[in-house]
Order: sequence, then C-alpha cells, then structure tokens
Amino acid sequence: MAKFAKKKDGDLPAVSTASLPDIVFMLLFFFMTVTTMKDSSLLVENTLPNATEIKKLEKKDRVVYIYVGKPTQEYQKVFGTEPKIQLNDKFANVDEVGSYILAERAKKPQELQNVLTTALKVDKNANMGLIADIKQQLREVNALKVNYTTYEGNAFNNLQ
Amino acid sequence: MARNNEIPEVNAGSMADIAFLLLIFFLVTATIQTDMGLDRKLPSKEPTPPITFNERNVFRIVLNKNDELMVESEIMQLKDLRNAAIAFLDNGGESQGDNDDCSYCLGARNPNSSDHPKEAIISLNSDREATYGTYVTVQNELTAAYNELRNRESQRLFNMDFVEMEQRYFDAETPSEIKKVLKENIMAIRDLFPMQLSEAQTNQIK
Repeated sequence: MAKFAKKKDGDLPAVSTASLPDIVFMLLFFFMTVTTMKDSSLLVENTLPNATEIKKLEKKDRVVYIYVGKPTQEYQKVFGTEPKIQLNDKFANVDEVGSYILAERAKKPQELQNVLTTALKVDKNANMGLIADIKQQLREVNALKVNYTTYEGNAFNNLQ
Repeated sequence: MARNNEIPEVNAGSMADIAFLLLIFFLVTATIQTDMGLDRKLPSKEPTPPITFNERNVFRIVLNKNDELMVESEIMQLKDLRNAAIAFLDNGGESQGDNDDCSYCLGARNPNSSDHPKEAIISLNSDREATYGTYVTVQNELTAAYNELRNRESQRLFNMDFVEMEQRYFDAETPSEIKKVLKENIMAIRDLFPMQLSEAQTNQIK
C-alpha cells in the first residue's frame, strides 16, 4: 500500500526547461551568422551630411560603396589628414576608382550589371575637388547612377 | 562518515536567461539600416552636340572655396536658394497665347527669366575647395525646388504628391497594375518639370 501513497496530491510535474537554452542559443547563432557587420571597419571619418529630399537606397545587392573622408586618428600618422578614398577596407587613389567599379560590376550577376548604383558616402568636411575627380572616374566607366548618401535631417546643419 | 559519490547536478535554469541576454544584445546592435540619399545621374562620357540656349534660360549657381553662394552674379544666402530656383523654373516667360507658352506656370512671367520649365537649365559650378556638406545642401535645396513644383502639378492633376507617388512606385508591396498607372503619372509630371541640372567642370572661376 505504501507504494501507492507515495504520489502527492494534485501537484503538476514541472515542465523541463533544460532544452530552452539550446533553442535560444540556436537563435543566437542564427543571428550572429546572418547579420554581417562589414561596415564597421571604416578607415576614414564618415560623418555624412544631412538632407531632407532623400530617397531610400533599396536593394543592397545592386549598390557599390565608395567612402571618402579624412583618415581616422590611428591612420593619420601614415596617411595625413587630407581626405582619402576608401575602397573595400583599404585606401585608394582616385585613378583606382574606375577599375574598382569595373571589378565590383564583374562580381555581380549578369542581370544586375547594368542597374548598379554607386553610393558615395562622403564626409561632410571633404572638399569637392576629390568628389569631382571621382565623378569623372565614374563617367569613364559608365557608372552614371550615383547616390549621395546622407542622413535624414535639416540640410542647413551641414554648414557649420 | 557518509560520502556522497554522486556529482551534484548544476542548475541550468539561468542558462536561458544568459542566452536571452546575448540574443537581445545582438538583435539590438546589429540593426539592418537602410541608406538614404540624393539620387543623381551623371552625364554620359560621350560628347553631346552643343545645344544652343538663351542665357535667360540658364540659372547659374556658383559655389566658391569659402562656401559662399553666387546666384546669377549676385551673392545669395543658402536659405533663399530654394525660392529663387522655384521663381526661375516656374517663370514661364514665353508670352501668353504663343503656341508653346507654359499654361501651368504660376510664376512672374518675367521676360528676362526662363521661357519654359522644359527649357530651364540650372547650372551648378563648385570650386574644388568647397566643402561637400555645403554642396549637398545646395543639391538638397534644388531638389526641394523641383519637388515643390512637381508636387503642385501632381496635386492638380492626380490629387497626390509627386514624392508620395514615387514612394509608392518604389515600394515592393504595391501591385503591378497600380505601378503601371503610377509610372505613367510620374513620367507625365517629370515631363512638365524635367530636372536639368548641369555640373559642367569649369576651372576659370576662381
């Protein structure tokens, strides 16, 4: 008889939560692998200007990025404080822009090669001469669609 | 002495909390941001045959190395640029009753300013030493001028802002039948106020 009396009255058995961490870790690893943080390795200062009349730059697979700005603190000893162009994690000269665009274009699938946009992420303190040179280079390789990437905000804040 | 040979089980109940903490951290930090900016189309490399135009149809903007603005040979503040550009584009100086007068223009119809929005060209010269921030502000103001005029016409013809039409058109969720109509409307509005922004390289202005 004692064997049957062992059971306690009406107590629900606790649901085992031992596998919960596994599930959450699975989610965690999923997010860690999917979200790439490529843009974090900027070699140049990149405070974008503000603008109001902006359009979203959708479809990231058809965008080529060019960064311009003065080198960050740690690179200033080597590269000086004049604004430089950054292409794919390294500094470049103006005449390398054309070949970079062509190389990036060749990497894209055939059907996207004619609809690529070049996003110019330029620090607001850079000077226009460098931009004009880049634009000339883009014209040379027939990459005519450009996007001056900005933040959303009052454009007159750029003047300070 | 009673010895307990069994290894005590570690309580794994708080493991889930730690994992959730990590998960939330990654979710918050790795936001997938969309870039935004001003779209422009560069002129083609192929030399175009020189077009003849009247000087009154050109709105000349010069940005010098001190980030000062000169519009039509006069110094202007950046905040006045938008209205000056609107006045120029919307002028419609062609005398009324002509075949090609601008029926939708509401401007001053000054004979010394642009004849027709379709002929009006904005020319922007920027010095090599000018800062990019100011340049973007100028571009932003010019885009705003065009958008304002296009919105006005779009409201008159289609009861919808031009900017909103464009947004709807580029939205992936809009069905294709609506997109077709939107595209026609957008093209019609763009035809009324075509964006003719020239940035020819000139070095003589110092």
